[in-house]
Amino acid sequence: MFYREAGQFKTSYKADQALFPILQDRVGLAVILITAFAVIPALANDFFLTSIMIPFLVFSLAAIGLNILTGFCGQLSLGTGAFMGVGAYAAYKLTSIFPDANVIVMVLLSGVFSAAIGAVFGLPSLRIKGLYLAVTTLAAQFFLEWCFIRIPWLYNYNASGAIEVPRREVFGIIATGAEATPLARYFIVLGITVLIAFLMANVLRGRIGRSWMMIRDMDIAAELMGIRPLQTKLMAFAVSSYICGVAGAMMVFFWLNAAEPSSYSIRLSFQVLFMVILGGLGSLGGAFMGAAFIWILPVILKFVPGLLGFDLAAETVEHATFMIVGALIIFFLIVEPHGFARLWQIAKQKLRVWPFPY
Amino acid sequence: MNAFVTEKTLPPADAKEAAEREVLLRVDNVSLTFGGVKAITDISFDIQKGEIRAIIGPNGAGKTSMLNVINGFYHPQEGTITWQGQVRRKMKPYEAASQGIARTFQNVALFKGMTTLDNIMSGRSLRMHKNFFWQLLWRGPAEREEIEHRRKVEDIIDFLEIQAIRKTPVGRLPYGLQKRVELGRALAMEPDLLLLDEPMAGMNLEEKEDMSRFIIDVNQEFGTTIALIEHDMGVVMDLSDRVVVLDYGKKIADGPPEEVQASQAVIDAYLGVSH
Repeated sequence: MFYREAGQFKTSYKADQALFPILQDRVGLAVILITAFAVIPALANDFFLTSIMIPFLVFSLAAIGLNILTGFCGQLSLGTGAFMGVGAYAAYKLTSIFPDANVIVMVLLSGVFSAAIGAVFGLPSLRIKGLYLAVTTLAAQFFLEWCFIRIPWLYNYNASGAIEVPRREVFGIIATGAEATPLARYFIVLGITVLIAFLMANVLRGRIGRSWMMIRDMDIAAELMGIRPLQTKLMAFAVSSYICGVAGAMMVFFWLNAAEPSSYSIRLSFQVLFMVILGGLGSLGGAFMGAAFIWILPVILKFVPGLLGFDLAAETVEHATFMIVGALIIFFLIVEPHGFARLWQIAKQKLRVWPFPY
Repeated sequence: MNAFVTEKTLPPADAKEAAEREVLLRVDNVSLTFGGVKAITDISFDIQKGEIRAIIGPNGAGKTSMLNVINGFYHPQEGTITWQGQVRRKMKPYEAASQGIARTFQNVALFKGMTTLDNIMSGRSLRMHKNFFWQLLWRGPAEREEIEHRRKVEDIIDFLEIQAIRKTPVGRLPYGLQKRVELGRALAMEPDLLLLDEPMAGMNLEEKEDMSRFIIDVNQEFGTTIALIEHDMGVVMDLSDRVVVLDYGKKIADGPPEEVQASQAVIDAYLGVSH
């Protein structure tokens, strides 16, 4: 009733292949964007921004990156954490070498380095598929993590072995470092995430996005239709790693302020992979939903016992959160193995015919 | 339905004869082995421009292997393939595609996660060239290119009468329609040579009639040369201009349908013979 496209006629192919051909979707997106850019900054406190929104956006971007590779091109990867780390260390080195340059530009540039490294580790994908490919990306994860620990040049020979983000200003506003306000960080992270998500939506609906999906769905047929498998897969690896690299750089520059090699461990790879699987393979919207579920739900759950008046020890709450989130993951995967994106599609389909579903 | 499909016009006879003399693809003494298994032994035949060429034979005769050799998926150990005057021993599948060879598969090989429209659009991949950065922007050149190719694809959708399933993911379609979408995807490549591997396998009579009509229309309206493998002899004899018969990887007959039908070797191969 509220979600019905009856009467919305498209008279050109241009209108038919728009990103959001249905009016209700466009309104919905506008509401989300207004909320993100105006309502949240106006109402939210620092805790909400730094502990919920900024990590959520960083993880969403990382999930988009992995989704390009795994969800759209069908190449399973467990090296996401390491590729994010490459972005972080590259951005750190870039800001150390060019202290006066715009830090946002440096963060966006750092992705180029992880794209190059991602493409190198994507080379085996020509011959290896599925779980076996996952194992070779696991090699990338361990090798790169080793590099972060053993190559002191990467962290400027700090005694601590960690990278600490220096203070940098963008147009007179402190953007990074401990003094940067959560609001400034939030706007930068939001801007980069929305921009990359939008650009990727464009790529995915065109020739290149289709060539990735062709490789994913039937690689032999794709090859016989003129798709070069190696080039296409390497491009997916490069684009995916670029996005993961930018997410990794944002993670340390606008959220954590400092990072150790262990911040980019296999744990992070799995976390992002779970977001992608739970959100829905092959869906940009699903990446956001998956990130929200895996990151925001535990944070909220921690406050539930307090609000209900239970006085529980911090560890108990922590453990209970783990159990509840784990149970919910299993529950949702049984209900819909294709993730939240598919659930949302089914919901939309039901809404279209509501209240007369026959 | 389009007017040009219903009002079928045969090309003038002399034009057809002239076209028949030109050889599009010639296979010379090709042999293909997998380890000790001889899939194809010393086969030679040609495909002339504008004809419908059938390849038939009992199961395991090497028909699909022959198609795989033609579009570069298998590399024969011996023999040469002459494509539009150029002699080659082997090429990569995407090279065959870019030189104008398209095919459909015996088991439907559609892109299951994509819609009918996207599947057929994927056939245009080789003709779309806007690079990654234009694709990022979308507005402007990339969008114009997409719309230009969308027009061509919509013509094919009209031709195959699958407008209603344009936005349906192909995994949800019934088998007969999937076969039709697969034909559409191959047509979108605007190939010079279209290889059809059992286009009518598992279809009922009505679907077979539809598919036969599409094949004849493609051949006559677009002038596409077609090589097809099919087990339904009625279809083969009615559709094809010339038939080549394989058995155990060897060629046992080659010629017009009537001639092949009368050949004792073919009858023996299909019915079996006591030695």
